[in-house]
Amino acid sequence: MRKEYLKIDDINGPLIQIDGVDDVFYGEVVDIQDKNTGNMKKGKVIKIDNDTVTIQVFQSTSGLSSNNSKTTFTGEAFEIPVSEEMLGRVFNGIGEPIDGGEEIFSDIQRNVNGNPINPMARLYPRNFIQTGISSIDVLTTLIRGQKLPIFSGNGLSHNELAAQIVRQAKITGAGEDFAIIFCAIGVKHDDEKFFRKTFEDAGVMSHVVMFVNYADDPVAERNIAPRAALTTAEYLAFDKGMNVLVVMSDITAYAEALREISSAREEVPSRKGYPGYMYSDLASLYERAGMLKDRPGSITFLPILTMPNDDITHPIPDLTGFITEGQVVLGRDLEQRSIYPPIDILPSLSRLMKDGIGEGFTREDHQDLANQLFAAYSKVQEVRDLSQIMGEDDLSETDKAYMEFGRQFENHFLNQDFDENRSIIESLDLGWSLLTILPVVELDRLSPKLIGKYLPTTVYGTGKTREDLLKARKDFENAEEAVVESEEESK
Amino acid sequence: MSEEERNKMPLNTKEREEIAENAEVVQHQDLVPVKNEPREIKGKITGINGPVVTGTGMSDFKMREMVMVGDKKLIGEVIILDGDVGTIQVYEETEGLRIGEPILSTGNPLSVKLGPGMLKNMFDGIQRPLEEIQNIDPVFLPEGIGLISLDDKKEWETHLKVKEGDLLKGGDIYATIPETLMVEHKLMVPPDLEGEVVEVKPDGNYNIETTIVKLKDADGIIHDLKLYHNWPIRTPRPSEMRLEPSKPLITGQRVIDTFFPIAKGGTAAIPGGFGTGKTMSQHQIAKWSDADIIIYIGCGERGNEMTEVIEDFPELIDPRSGKSIMERTVMIANTSNMPVAAREASIYTGITMAEYFRDMGYDVAIMADSTSRWAEALREISGRLEEMPAEEGYPAYLSSRIAEFYERGGAVKSLNGEEGSVSIIGAVSPAGGDFSEPVTENTKRYVNTFLGLDKNLAYARHYPAINWLSSYSGYMKTLGEWFEDNVAPDAVDLRNKMLDVLFQENKLQEMVMLVGEDALPDDQRWVMNIAKLIRVGFLQQNAFDDTDTYVPIEKQYKMLKAIDHLYEKGLEGLKLGVPTSIMKNPEIENDILKMKYTIPNDDLSRIKKIEDKIDKHFSEITRKYAA
Repeated sequence: MRKEYLKIDDINGPLIQIDGVDDVFYGEVVDIQDKNTGNMKKGKVIKIDNDTVTIQVFQSTSGLSSNNSKTTFTGEAFEIPVSEEMLGRVFNGIGEPIDGGEEIFSDIQRNVNGNPINPMARLYPRNFIQTGISSIDVLTTLIRGQKLPIFSGNGLSHNELAAQIVRQAKITGAGEDFAIIFCAIGVKHDDEKFFRKTFEDAGVMSHVVMFVNYADDPVAERNIAPRAALTTAEYLAFDKGMNVLVVMSDITAYAEALREISSAREEVPSRKGYPGYMYSDLASLYERAGMLKDRPGSITFLPILTMPNDDITHPIPDLTGFITEGQVVLGRDLEQRSIYPPIDILPSLSRLMKDGIGEGFTREDHQDLANQLFAAYSKVQEVRDLSQIMGEDDLSETDKAYMEFGRQFENHFLNQDFDENRSIIESLDLGWSLLTILPVVELDRLSPKLIGKYLPTTVYGTGKTREDLLKARKDFENAEEAVVESEEESK
Repeated sequence: MSEEERNKMPLNTKEREEIAENAEVVQHQDLVPVKNEPREIKGKITGINGPVVTGTGMSDFKMREMVMVGDKKLIGEVIILDGDVGTIQVYEETEGLRIGEPILSTGNPLSVKLGPGMLKNMFDGIQRPLEEIQNIDPVFLPEGIGLISLDDKKEWETHLKVKEGDLLKGGDIYATIPETLMVEHKLMVPPDLEGEVVEVKPDGNYNIETTIVKLKDADGIIHDLKLYHNWPIRTPRPSEMRLEPSKPLITGQRVIDTFFPIAKGGTAAIPGGFGTGKTMSQHQIAKWSDADIIIYIGCGERGNEMTEVIEDFPELIDPRSGKSIMERTVMIANTSNMPVAAREASIYTGITMAEYFRDMGYDVAIMADSTSRWAEALREISGRLEEMPAEEGYPAYLSSRIAEFYERGGAVKSLNGEEGSVSIIGAVSPAGGDFSEPVTENTKRYVNTFLGLDKNLAYARHYPAINWLSSYSGYMKTLGEWFEDNVAPDAVDLRNKMLDVLFQENKLQEMVMLVGEDALPDDQRWVMNIAKLIRVGFLQQNAFDDTDTYVPIEKQYKMLKAIDHLYEKGLEGLKLGVPTSIMKNPEIENDILKMKYTIPNDDLSRIKKIEDKIDKHFSEITRKYAA
């Protein structure tokens, strides 16, 4: 029989403190029973100072008083049962079923904190995932096993984008098992409904595990929800060999919860009141994505976060960007012009892209074309600033071409329908045809060979041919012929 | 993990204990300079808060001593002693620790083993080999694995360099080992030991625990010299004298070597917000610089980046020796999700190894990616200790810690008379990309080369995104002579002239934003044109292109010289009143922009052809205009 403690010495938000406790370990799970209502609450030991123990409670502490409760230390660390039975089920933030179904029984219990993956055991991710979205596939390519967050703002269409990726992403190789883990942290009921409907419409619900903490659920639960989700993901990926896609929304709510608890613990704050260990804490989530040597399975991680005030330098996106392998940034300006998905490509980046594209993965021209599109679109921004001052009519011919390129690029390359699924080849070819708007001399990131091979000879959207485009093609063909001839000669 | 493997877990725990026990035995051997008689000093845990543990009964413990915490024997270090009460930072996950569990003293400060087996290997922040940890758990990093470090089974081909009766002092070389294809490992007498050789083993294959030389000191005490010695990581290794850095660390990266060089024995910082290419730049320097030894510290960064190093480096061939660059590389990985206290230690572990190789007479370059994560580890631990914070929550001693670290770099004459150097290249990750934050600010005070990465350049995919306006190198003066002797007499003047063109462009850019480029006078448009060629043709460098990823200094000079040639010809043309639009020739510009790809690094004669083409073009124009 375990000892029961009938007194709580201090209650402060989600934290309670009990004195005179012996035989407790750091991280131990605690059961707290409210004697008036009989409700059970769970908590975890987060600090021990001699015989004084501080416990973080995962449910609301309202109703608790100094002497109406019964606290038991369970002798266990925070573990959840994991099994394949979890597919198709819905759980709350601490891994208890909330869909009315049975509890999960399994011999395998895993500590939600996990252990860090040994860098020697990792496999560097190199497999391209086609999402069917041009701006992602061509410019910020998603790689299997990558952690690629979506940096959004309030009211932007990040949910639609995530849903489209979930529907279209070919995370399933032929015959391979896949699973989707959706973790809602402090989200609105509507958002959770939207995702659930998406999964149902796509007919993948039986492959989905959901962990849901609504905006009106207890804050402390938010610290566990992503860990429970990732523990399940690790099991399905690395024990069961599945390709797992984890979608998590909203990391901002998670960080807010972290701050709330930190402040209740009276810790020294760093930037904007967030705790100094927020980087390490976020890393302990993000770094659980990846692939392993000698084992099938992968965890691809798409966290969504809403940047407070659309500020990318805010600590939450900032620290995230330092840990994740790139970011997809949504822009309010594009959203307001009804461009969907409103991906602001210049600050967006996929760090793993360089090794997962090109010949053998997508196509030989991919990297250079992407660089050229980035460089050209970056120049568009400069020219737009200039035209604000001078007016578009007074721009040089080249600058006018950039203005036109900017418009067409946004309307036809970035913009696509919610259910439009473009193949990577379609997207690459579209990129090339848009470049015809610019004079060939401006294409300084592309080799003459690639230009000759892929650049169409008619200007995008006009059907007109232009001298320099024709010349580039001719030069290339002449060079090819010369090669063929010299080869024949050498024979 | 399959169920079968799960079932093996208890066995693993047993193995773990064995390893931990062995580790202790090693600690109790008589080693110099660390004195450690076996002792039975024990404390008791009284408090746990994240990585910070407090204990009582610790009055006999020493400050900064290494301890084993709890029944799992987690490794920790004493950071505060207050009477009977001690505070310990623990290098492993503390979950599961209980009040009352023992704290064991080891009597030693946190040390690393310096000996063969470091190269081609990857360690965590306290020198535990990550590959060997895989024998305990194939995938994850468990806690309580004890203190394992260099492989003590592997036998090394050892050549003795001393005979009986020789008098040795600290730093003297008593044996050599061909450790890798590129590096000869020299075993040195620990710095504070001297005496007479009384016993020597013959040449042969020995593991690191073998005593190969016995040394009798002035008091008649016999000291065993093995294939390694311990050194406390927070104590700099002594040297005979400091030398002025006089040679550049050639990195093969144009913007660094030509414009903002780093000296061998110098210090450099690469600050930049996320996505600006800090890690890419660090990797490029690690791959291509002409250092003898590279120590790469992944401090609080991504796991996949270290995996990339493990997968890529063995394939890459060093352009000078023709051997794989892995042969000269030591890696330390304490990724962002590994325990934070070990992250704090990883920087010191790395620099201690660097100093050791320096003492053998090697030029060592150490990449610390990222020092900001190390500073954050300091902040995190400081916060747990409830210390009074200074700026942005960082402890007040941040500045002095940064200074201490960078001051361990430098060129020296070591105790055995060899000249070696440690160059430190530290990445800095300023919060929000704002260079005025405390870590960047304090780092700037102690480094001589500052390579500021720029978000806007990165957005336009101008890589490396090193901003030529905000970067500087304090070594330009001391290295000027080297460049003039070894590259070309006008190398420094050319660099200054081209940098000036870039500065002029920056000023003109403001004007262009108001009136458009067409409205500028001809001479200014010519400057803009040349500046673009420098930016795109010279400063941008493609790390993924086989030719462009590493460029020898001769090619760097000739490329810049070709651009200068065009610039000068244009200035002559302007005097004759030739408009810029006539002087601009797309074909020549294209040749210049593409010379980084089209001209092989070993055949620079073709740059001359571009210059001939320029001459021909201009002689045609000037003939018309002069007439």
